[in-house]
Amino acid sequence: MIRLGKTVTLVAVVVAWGCASTPASAQQSKDSTARRQQRQLDSLAESIKTLQARLDSLAAAPAAEAPPASAAPTRSSGMYMNLGFDALSDFGWSTTPDVGSLQRGDHDPAVRGFTIPNVELTFDGAVDPYFKGFSALVYKLGPTGESGFEVEEAWAQTTSLPYNLQAKAGQFLTDFGRQNAQHPHAWSFVDQPLVLNQMFGPDGLRGQGAKLAWLLPTEFYAEAMLTVINSFGGTTSSFRSNESNEIHGGVPVDRPVNSLSDLLVVPRLTASLDLSETQTVVVGASAGIGPNNSGPQARTQVYGVDTYYKWKAVSGQAGFPFVSWQTEVLSRRYGADARVSFTAPAQTLPAETLSDWGGYSQLLWGIRPRIIAGIRGDVTRNSAAAFTTDLRENRDRISPNLTWYPSEFSKLRLQYNYDHRAQQGNDHSLWLQFEFMLGAHAAHKF
Amino acid sequence: MTLMLLPRLAATALLALSSALSPGAKKLNVVTTTPDLGAIAREIGGDAVDVKTLAKPSEDPHFVDAKPSHIVTLNRADVLIEGGAELEVGWLPPLLESARNGRLAAGSPGLIVASQGIRMLEVPATLDRSRGDVHSLGNPHFFIDPLSAKIVAAHIAEHFSQVAPESAPLFRANLAKFNAAVDAKFIVWQKLLAPFKGTKIVTYHNDFLYFAERFKLDVVETLEPKPGIAPSPAHLAQVIAKMNADNAHVILVQPYQNRRTAETVARQTNGIVLDVSQQPGAIKGTDTYVSLMDTLVRTIATALEAKR
Repeated sequence: MIRLGKTVTLVAVVVAWGCASTPASAQQSKDSTARRQQRQLDSLAESIKTLQARLDSLAAAPAAEAPPASAAPTRSSGMYMNLGFDALSDFGWSTTPDVGSLQRGDHDPAVRGFTIPNVELTFDGAVDPYFKGFSALVYKLGPTGESGFEVEEAWAQTTSLPYNLQAKAGQFLTDFGRQNAQHPHAWSFVDQPLVLNQMFGPDGLRGQGAKLAWLLPTEFYAEAMLTVINSFGGTTSSFRSNESNEIHGGVPVDRPVNSLSDLLVVPRLTASLDLSETQTVVVGASAGIGPNNSGPQARTQVYGVDTYYKWKAVSGQAGFPFVSWQTEVLSRRYGADARVSFTAPAQTLPAETLSDWGGYSQLLWGIRPRIIAGIRGDVTRNSAAAFTTDLRENRDRISPNLTWYPSEFSKLRLQYNYDHRAQQGNDHSLWLQFEFMLGAHAAHKF
Repeated sequence: MTLMLLPRLAATALLALSSALSPGAKKLNVVTTTPDLGAIAREIGGDAVDVKTLAKPSEDPHFVDAKPSHIVTLNRADVLIEGGAELEVGWLPPLLESARNGRLAAGSPGLIVASQGIRMLEVPATLDRSRGDVHSLGNPHFFIDPLSAKIVAAHIAEHFSQVAPESAPLFRANLAKFNAAVDAKFIVWQKLLAPFKGTKIVTYHNDFLYFAERFKLDVVETLEPKPGIAPSPAHLAQVIAKMNADNAHVILVQPYQNRRTAETVARQTNGIVLDVSQQPGAIKGTDTYVSLMDTLVRTIATALEAKR
């Protein structure tokens, strides 16, 4: 259309120049020349008319389709990725003033009053035809109001490997059990289950590494995964963690990576069956095997099993009503070497195997659209050891809660926690959580 | 004579062998997100395709569980047909990610996005969720407009022919058959609803917009105040007042929507709640697109007649 417009302008200029020069030339020319020029002028005028008509018809046609054409590009304004923003805030009270000792998760309520434990920025999209990329950057405000920042996830995953394989590399939440790989906004309770905190630390198990997953060629869903990540850091707390004195009571030894066995290996096998049109069950088994830094040769094994069952009504409204039941049980064999006591450096703690286990089971009832009632039971049990630490204290917790989603993009949750700690007795807490999301529509994994 | 027959026999045998060995002998594995797309895929694909559908006919297509069994189904699909316009945005992306199926990648002939080529209604000029869960690409409930269905059918036939060129003539013939059936019925449906031109109706979600536009009905209110937002008492009071003022007496409700809310409104407006479905199979005897539309049009026409 623009090109046509230019042509018309050009023709008009030529005609104008022709018109301007005509009187001068007419005086010197014979009549025949004047007639010839007149004919040329007429034909040029005709051309202009034709072109103008074409221009008008072209200008009119898109006008009829203008609304969808102009509205379509507004979607994500031409960006090549989805942007999401999610903020969680908690408000509540506990009978213990030391809320941090009761709620040890990094995304749990941390103080009496207000906590903002998770402000998450997510990016995702296709990198190119071969990779998908994802990143979650998390900001949080600590108990004293200071801002914290962490690269929670930043990974790329293949989209077209042969043999039903899929590889992932970067920093990511490790596939161990069900909840560990979920972001806090996908949790069904205000806080992290006690057992995940005890086995993997305040932020769960995650780290820099790579994963290879194979979708088995079975009739039902079955997937085998193998993840290898660095075994050092705060997010691998049963392994070479800088906070490991909490677990083994001793001064951590400096343990460099000398061989592949100094990395943390996490295999997982999961399978699912549809029991009926309305019922589905998912089961899984995971392990985490790697070095710990109680001694130069010390190693840890964590094993876990998980089950998830869901019933959803045949013709539910917005996915309601439903009932779901999720259970995870983990056990740990922490091979502690002979080590210098952290609290009494003169004392040497004997080599010992710490056998701990724990689990949680949660039942959710989606009563009617956007209202869910839930109850969770938590338990952790630890073997006797030559030292004591809060982190290996035997604990029980019962948490009933009620969640209301005003829409898919906001949530209000009220939760009561009854806590029993072997050394410190009982505590009661009440937490109200509010969440809001902006940006890309969240898609939920099963 | 035998010598002359021999090459012909050999050619026939070779042809039979090649057709047995060629991928054409294998049925195309087609997966659709919703049953309506499944019904059209069956009509176009005929015996050359095997169609599986992820959502149940009675299920809200916005809220389908991303069950792991769907991963396996998608992993083995040759073709995926999705509604598009973000209808399945809450559950399809994680399934596709886990399915590891390059045949269904964006831009491949194996991926059919039904909304492409449809003149979408309600495309928002600005994206603002205070207006509810508005789909940025427009209202995705276009399938019960027969002319939209024909566009989708043509789209499906074109992609099927690209993926299985050997069956292209069959797909073309089936498309012609489908179009002829819809065209013939379209005249009947228009006639059935013609007496109710401009009649005001109410729906639960704004999912009869395309239908109303095609058949000249007028959706004056929805029980949801905004897309995906639960009806509030204040909004329902407004709906009741509007229905009484506008002489609207028919409320259309799909199986996965809250019938009780609709009943409450109907009681106060001398109205009726009409159980309808846009998904083939949700109501008995509606397994094909034409039978679904036939039932839909007749049910609505009968109710509008009764409430005249």
